[in-house]
Amino acid sequence: MELFTNQILAGIATGAIYACMALAVVMIYQAIDHLNFAQGEMAMFSTFISWQLMQWGIPYWGAFILTLAFSFAGGIAIERLLFKPLAKAPILTNVAGFIALFAIINSVAGLIWDFTIKQYPTPFGSHPFLGSQLISTHQAGMIGVTVLLLIALYFFFQFTRIGLAMRAAASVPESARLVGINTSWMIALGWGMAAAIGSIAGMLIAPVVFLEPNMMGGVLIYGFAAAVLGGLTSPFGAVIGGFLVGIFENLAGTYIPGVGNELKLPIALALIITVLVVKPAGLFGRPIVKRV
Amino acid sequence: MSAVDEVVTEAPAVEAVPKRAMTLGYGTSLVMLALFLIVPLLVKNFIVFQLTMLLIYGLAVLALNILTGGSGQFSLGQSAFYAVGAYTSAILMEHAGVNYALTLPIAGVICFAFGFLFGQPALRLSGVYLALATFALATAMPQLLKLGYFEHWTGGVQGLVVTKPDAPFGLPMSQDMWLYYFTLAVTIAIYIFSVNLLRSRSGRAFMAIRDNEIAASAMGVDVALYKTLAFGVSAGITGVAGGLGAIAVQFVAPDSYTITLAISLFLGMVVGGVGWLPGSIVGSAFIIFVPNIAEGISKGLSGAVFGVLLFLVIFLVPHGARQVAIVAQQLVGKLKKN
Repeated sequence: MELFTNQILAGIATGAIYACMALAVVMIYQAIDHLNFAQGEMAMFSTFISWQLMQWGIPYWGAFILTLAFSFAGGIAIERLLFKPLAKAPILTNVAGFIALFAIINSVAGLIWDFTIKQYPTPFGSHPFLGSQLISTHQAGMIGVTVLLLIALYFFFQFTRIGLAMRAAASVPESARLVGINTSWMIALGWGMAAAIGSIAGMLIAPVVFLEPNMMGGVLIYGFAAAVLGGLTSPFGAVIGGFLVGIFENLAGTYIPGVGNELKLPIALALIITVLVVKPAGLFGRPIVKRV
Repeated sequence: MSAVDEVVTEAPAVEAVPKRAMTLGYGTSLVMLALFLIVPLLVKNFIVFQLTMLLIYGLAVLALNILTGGSGQFSLGQSAFYAVGAYTSAILMEHAGVNYALTLPIAGVICFAFGFLFGQPALRLSGVYLALATFALATAMPQLLKLGYFEHWTGGVQGLVVTKPDAPFGLPMSQDMWLYYFTLAVTIAIYIFSVNLLRSRSGRAFMAIRDNEIAASAMGVDVALYKTLAFGVSAGITGVAGGLGAIAVQFVAPDSYTITLAISLFLGMVVGGVGWLPGSIVGSAFIIFVPNIAEGISKGLSGAVFGVLLFLVIFLVPHGARQVAIVAQQLVGKLKKN
């Protein structure tokens, strides 16, 4: 029994990583109806920026804020320059665009900061949390930040005018335009917010997986799995999905014989496909109804 | 806000291509064929090898083109089918001693079955979701191949070494040269098969599904059957390409078949023009030679150069090589008039 509880705790700790990433994935999906395959690379690039700022002697939280601002602006710039002209293009073209973006960011990051693995500091320290060996203070801090972020997003979308406008622009663009919402800028704003959330995820994940240009590969797949499990239309679902995926991964590793580290990605694959087949809208998502 | 009120008017995943625009005319086809027959006689062995790979990737891109350009379904997971084909050929040749030419149809059939089965869950998915599921398939494949259970057959992380076949009947040809002509013969056979497939009843069913699924089912097209069939055919052809690839490279290992390969094939299709079968060879040339050129421009920035080129293609010639071909044709027409 103790093993079981411990594994659940450890699962929640890793789940926090996926939850952060899933939140960013859902944000952008809400805004533009596409999955951004370059999301992980954007987060990685932001994390490198914050690392660079710290190398120049700026304290952690200063670098944190500056990176958030940079990512927000960067997200908007990418949308305005590259993806706004593609808004009417078929999905296929958009996917190709994301892949191109992925290649560019990955390669540029590798050129600027090279491919060696770097240590990344944590603001929470890495002592055992409340005497438990399984959760460190950093992981507890990560869970805390994710939950705070979720609450902040909830208030933003439910109680601010601009949050309401963004929701309107995403669900019924035509009507939103008729009541005077600038839907095009709402999409840009969505990109900016997704990039900023991604950068938070990157900065929280980096102390665990270490900083290097390919750090996001596996995390992104799990982020996708979490987002799909929770429902691509629900930020709350994405976070819950993240924790569930983390727990599931740990339990499967402990109790199913033959599932070790090497089978982690196939588990994510099986999870994605099962959810998509059994319940395509995810646990908390709204089913999408098409008018014929 | 109730869920039912939501109306999603979705753009089609792929722009429609008229059926006649999917292939080349007879004259152009013959010129291309002559080029493919003569060029290898004039160049060095290494270039012959590269031309072989060009044909092999061309086949894989063609397979994706049938799936996406034909039936409007996405796949970022072609590398998984390619890997299964390659491993089937390699294992049959090395463990069972089967002749290399015979392993190809077997690889094709196994991949067809695999693709057909994968098409079942994929039926429920469209657009972005399908891209996601196939993306996950491609990332998971190398790890599945490394599994301890199959190590006796697959050679685990180390992979398998494949012997290169000699030219038969004592033909005075180098191994590379023979393999090139062998690949060319297979490619032509599959190309003719694909062109005829798309012109057949099944091909029309694919295209009807691509253009409007609901209308297609109203006309009596068995949507589920044809969608899975498209997946199966595409996977089967990719499997044959994978088998040929294993023979040409003489080596299979899990890390040769990562998501990068799947993405390359996808890009090859976009560059060649979605739904234009001859474009597959152009796309294949893009994914084989452009990374080399990019490396030449800047060693560290090859990924970035590749990405920038891709953006240029998307923005300037969104229909890929097909668009270039049409413009060229119109220019030639004008010149003739003058």
